[in-house]
Amino acid sequence: MNRNVSKVLSWIATFLLMMVMCVPGLWVVLSAFRPNREILAKPAIWWPEKLSLDNFRTMFGLGDEQVAIPVADYFSNSMIIALTSTVIALAIGTAGGYSFARFRFPIKNGLFLGLMLSRAVPGIALSLPVFILWSKLGIIDAKFGLIVVYVALNIPFTIWLTDGFFRQIPKELSEAAQVDGCTRWQAFWKIEFKLAGPGVAAAGVFAFLTSWNEYALASQLTRSTDSKTLPVGLMDFTSQFTLDWAGMCAMAVIIIVPALVLTYIVQKHLIAGLSFGGMKG
Amino acid sequence: MASIELANIIKRYGNLEVVCGINLAIDHNEFIVLVGPSGCGKSTTLRMIAGLEEISAGKISIGDTVVNNLPPRKRNVSMVFQNYALYPHMTVAQNLGFGLVIAKQPEDVVEARVKEAASILGIEKMLERIPAELSGGERQRVAMGRAIVRHPQVFLFDEPLSNLDAKLRVLMRTEIKKLHQQVKTTVVYVTHDQVEAMTLADRMVVMKDGRIEQVGTPMEIFSHPVNAFVASFIGSPPMNQIPGQIVANQVRFADGTEVPVPARLVGKVTEGERVIYGLRADDIAPEGHSMTKAQSAAKLQLRTVLSESLGAESLVFTEISGQEIQAKMFHPRPVVPNEQMTFLIDKDKAHLFNAQSGEALGD
Repeated sequence: MNRNVSKVLSWIATFLLMMVMCVPGLWVVLSAFRPNREILAKPAIWWPEKLSLDNFRTMFGLGDEQVAIPVADYFSNSMIIALTSTVIALAIGTAGGYSFARFRFPIKNGLFLGLMLSRAVPGIALSLPVFILWSKLGIIDAKFGLIVVYVALNIPFTIWLTDGFFRQIPKELSEAAQVDGCTRWQAFWKIEFKLAGPGVAAAGVFAFLTSWNEYALASQLTRSTDSKTLPVGLMDFTSQFTLDWAGMCAMAVIIIVPALVLTYIVQKHLIAGLSFGGMKG
Repeated sequence: MASIELANIIKRYGNLEVVCGINLAIDHNEFIVLVGPSGCGKSTTLRMIAGLEEISAGKISIGDTVVNNLPPRKRNVSMVFQNYALYPHMTVAQNLGFGLVIAKQPEDVVEARVKEAASILGIEKMLERIPAELSGGERQRVAMGRAIVRHPQVFLFDEPLSNLDAKLRVLMRTEIKKLHQQVKTTVVYVTHDQVEAMTLADRMVVMKDGRIEQVGTPMEIFSHPVNAFVASFIGSPPMNQIPGQIVANQVRFADGTEVPVPARLVGKVTEGERVIYGLRADDIAPEGHSMTKAQSAAKLQLRTVLSESLGAESLVFTEISGQEIQAKMFHPRPVVPNEQMTFLIDKDKAHLFNAQSGEALGD
């Protein structure tokens, strides 16, 4: 009896917690398919009477109202910047993680600590120096400028995560591969990298999401459709006197969906990575 | 199939010298066992032969080739690791064939060789499983299969049995011996277990602190240890060692007990010389339970401390001059603590070592 009560209570607690987490997201998604006046209605209309794609039409300049926002440009900017910075951060970060896991070199611990501490500095605190530097270098409002920033932002975390995964792989595996005829590189690529795959995938997801969702620095370093990313583009819906919540929500959905899809695709590998512990002889 | 030559091999980590000038010639098809306590440099030596550790000085040759600067893949050796180091993401068949695939051998050759190795080791039925689904003994077999599949010049074993339970260890020891007879290849085998070393080796290399103490066949090393360390390390139980002094062709211990100097050493010891008297448990036994012939026996009255039964024989613990002595009792009877017994010592089988240097006298 007691056990049942506590079970019920824990379910209720879980439900409340999940509601706090999910309702705002749900509200955004629902609002993406509703007109502005229904979103702002008082008292609130919880269950929409009718869902429509009007907000998306408007955004893409297809509807009667012509408030076209260059979503396609923003989307491709975001994709290019997030993907490129993720790939670069993974390449450098995985190499770094491997080095920290396998090699001994001077000031190794200090370097590692320094990398971790760099995560403690809020990105926005660096925005002014970065802005001044970038403008001197002429890479304000350029995808390249943002890519550099995101690579720098993502490398420490990638190193930290992959270091942990490489540490779990006995170094004898690479040695066995070398005795079996592999070069040092083949041994890494065919054995250790494959085994650390889940870790690299996880690092990739985190790096991509960080770059994809980042707003503060992007809002400083971008100006035009040349480089503006989706989160920055959201601000196009605000003007001096009005705030187009419906449009914003529609765009938010466009931002959320690729992130969700990516996470879903990779999650299988993430779980595989977590249950990989039983590989040691 | 190849001989191996180590010429003055040195390995340093910074200022620390872990292998201090090893010279060793290993014959074609020989089964060599490197044995010694942990930290003696035996594994490092093996890894230097494999090419997994660089050598700081000296010269290593395999066959006629100096391999100092060759990476492991160009040395044509294969190695079995202590933790097996099977590739966890590959099936047994893929593990076995990995080296051949890397060497770009045609598929049918790979398949044939994998099958051959699997049948030698009796693992044909596990080819599609992954290492996580295998028991310790099976993993051990796969690791050995991976080593033989490439037909290398040299097999290197790095404590391959130390992760197995005692029973399986004995079983696999025999398998390794059989394997060597089947696929004639030079073997270098590292272990800290002297029983393994004795049973497997054509020749043993006893190492300590980065140096070779003695090289020889198991029987040579057992019967003629060159110093007190080798004497105590090889053989089970360890050789009894008691400090004493030469007085009129007797070894006199601190409590005044005397035993005769072995006949072969008479005239080779100097009066008053400080020595360590070494005697294997097999060569000291209670009267009536001894293998020693009466004419070569010296008798001592000693008190027992305790006894351990080993089945067909038992170990009797006693003391000479405050030093613990283990004696074998053949066809044992129960022994009570503190029992006065007459012990027969096979006096000519005893060893004498220099008290300072530990080196064997005479031999």
